[in-house]
Amino acid sequence: MTTMTDPPKASFQLSMLIYDTRYRSYTFQFIALMLLLLLLGYLGANLVSNLAAQGQNISFGFLSDPAGYDINQRPIEYDSQSSHMRASVVGVINTLIVAVLGCATATLFGVTAGILRLSPNWLVRKLMAVYVEAFRNVPVLIWILIIATIMTASMPSPNQFRGDNADASMLLDAFAFTNRGVYVPAPVWGAGSLVVVLTFLASIAGVFYYRRYATKLLYDTGRLLPMGWPSLVILFVPTILIFFVLGQPITLDYPALKGFNFDGGLHIRGSLIALWFALAIYTGAFIAENVRAGIQAVSKGQTEAAASLGLRPKRIMNLVILPQALRVIIPPLISQYLNLTKNSSLAIAVGYMDVTGTLGGITLNQTGRAIECVLMLMLFYLTISLAISAVMNVYNNTIKLKER
Amino acid sequence: MKKTVFLGALTVAGLAAGASAAATLDDVKARGKLNCGVTTGLVGFAAPDANGVWEGFDVAVCRAVAAAVLSDANAVEFVPTTGKTRFTALASGEIDMLARNTTWTFSRDTDLKFDFVGVNYYDGQGFLVPKSLGVSSAKELDGATVCIQTGTTTELNLADFFRANNISYEPVPIETNAEGQQQYLAGACDTYTTDASGLASTRAAFESPTDHVILPEIISKEPLGPLVRHGDNDWADIVRWTFYALVAAEEMGITSANIGELSAAAGDNPEINRILGTEGDLGAMIGLDNEWAKRAIAASGNYGEIFEKNIGEKTPIGLARGLNAQWTQGGIMYAPPFR
Repeated sequence: MTTMTDPPKASFQLSMLIYDTRYRSYTFQFIALMLLLLLLGYLGANLVSNLAAQGQNISFGFLSDPAGYDINQRPIEYDSQSSHMRASVVGVINTLIVAVLGCATATLFGVTAGILRLSPNWLVRKLMAVYVEAFRNVPVLIWILIIATIMTASMPSPNQFRGDNADASMLLDAFAFTNRGVYVPAPVWGAGSLVVVLTFLASIAGVFYYRRYATKLLYDTGRLLPMGWPSLVILFVPTILIFFVLGQPITLDYPALKGFNFDGGLHIRGSLIALWFALAIYTGAFIAENVRAGIQAVSKGQTEAAASLGLRPKRIMNLVILPQALRVIIPPLISQYLNLTKNSSLAIAVGYMDVTGTLGGITLNQTGRAIECVLMLMLFYLTISLAISAVMNVYNNTIKLKER
Repeated sequence: MKKTVFLGALTVAGLAAGASAAATLDDVKARGKLNCGVTTGLVGFAAPDANGVWEGFDVAVCRAVAAAVLSDANAVEFVPTTGKTRFTALASGEIDMLARNTTWTFSRDTDLKFDFVGVNYYDGQGFLVPKSLGVSSAKELDGATVCIQTGTTTELNLADFFRANNISYEPVPIETNAEGQQQYLAGACDTYTTDASGLASTRAAFESPTDHVILPEIISKEPLGPLVRHGDNDWADIVRWTFYALVAAEEMGITSANIGELSAAAGDNPEINRILGTEGDLGAMIGLDNEWAKRAIAASGNYGEIFEKNIGEKTPIGLARGLNAQWTQGGIMYAPPFR
């Protein structure tokens, strides 16, 4: 009987790969892996041989050729003689611009709507429910088109600002809302403006330092310092003082009618606004549901316990509910950010030149290098999605439940 | 061993697929339908009428080829393509030919591996502006917002034109002609640019066409023509000579009205006889029967008739023949001899 408990180790036989439960799963996983590799290899070889049959190959040489087309929104220097690679980079930056703006605004909409959905006020609660259901259940492409159409159809064209008896006029002589986008004053950075910016950054650090000091004082001595107005003072007063001491180095460039369009200032194009707003309001509806779910996941006993300690409702929300709710909210929030970034590839519907519009649109079309362009596009979206996940996971790790 | 057999079988299957793609004529005959790529809708060139039947200048070429090959001008599956999807559709074999006011360029002919079989419309890129804008020349468009269809040669011409004249502009890329029309009419762009024929066609669809003018500058050469995949020369020959049969028919005076009479028996003009198959056997040389050209011309008339019916001066589009007149009448439409 003793021999049964201690089997001989040396005698490994091939049949054990199938009949021995210790090895069987590995055997089948190995076979599955081989089959998968074989399939991928076949698809790759098939692609290359079919391309060769059409007399084509895979080559990325076209990226250094002049692009030959113009892009309206250029965050970096670009003209029609720049390379296709540079056009792609312009597209990438444009994608990132709309993704960052969209994520920030969607979070704002989502958190607001999510909290208000739990409001004791019946009207507010129902209004937010209507917002969530209406925006969540209509495809985002439709929302992009609706907002773009409203922008072009209802806003005045720059021509209508012309003349003494113009149909339209600028807001405060500084903002022009046209069907080509919104023109706002742009800052002009004069000499010494760096000092002002540095002062402002230092003030932000100062606010954080003050708040930490006040918290520590509260814990150590029980003295409660005011938070609101000293933060505001620290934030703005030094910067404003420096700004005037240095003789107003930062001025504003106001948009003005010139030729066919407004000139000067910052031009926020209608396509960007439509895409940004549609993505934000659509994704915001999903985030609102995440936030509501997160808050409702915190048991009611927590609220009651906090209230019995004498905390006011606002503090209960900020100090007790939200820190616990965030643990539930953050993971689905990451995937909403990813969705928003990927949905931004619908930009071409309104002519916003994101990376799908430049690399995957015009470059692909003018060079005919479809496979190369699409591969690069996939690689870009994969990279950016993984990067967002990585950053958000770091944040998630800092707030998630620490088990001791 | 078994793996090798498996791979071998796959390779053979792949090769067979490649080989069958080469003989487009057989594919079309076996299918009984010609897959023809057209625009998503450009009045006069290719657009469905009130009954959903496609008609237009480019559509007529598709119908002529279908008539020549399949003896039925209606055996055509029209595949609407955008500026972006058209080449992929043709290269992948989704369509057998593309007749979608596509400009014949060097790189499309060589690098993209297509064969342009001829030019059915000599065009050039122009600008459409509202009269109220007070512009009389494209060079006055400094700083203007320009609506442009993305994925077309016009996009590159536009960049070249403004760079050469050292003036600036703001491009508004749009996907389809309908979208461009909407943006232009809403005033979201000062001017809309595409091929002059396309502008005339677009303007014809406006509520008040007379409020808009096409600027005199034509900033590019846009020879528009049907194209096929590179590598199947037999199929390219069929499409090429079907098109030239339409052009030659106008030159020889063969019309849809007299074609029955002319083809009944051999007449005095040997070239007419050869085209209509009453003499010689040109049809056999391209793998068709002798009446192929007769059917192609009968489908919707000769080149001149197609032009006048779809985009000519009597239609709302109102294009003059100009360069597209026969070489005998001051144009550059010129069919090589049928012999």
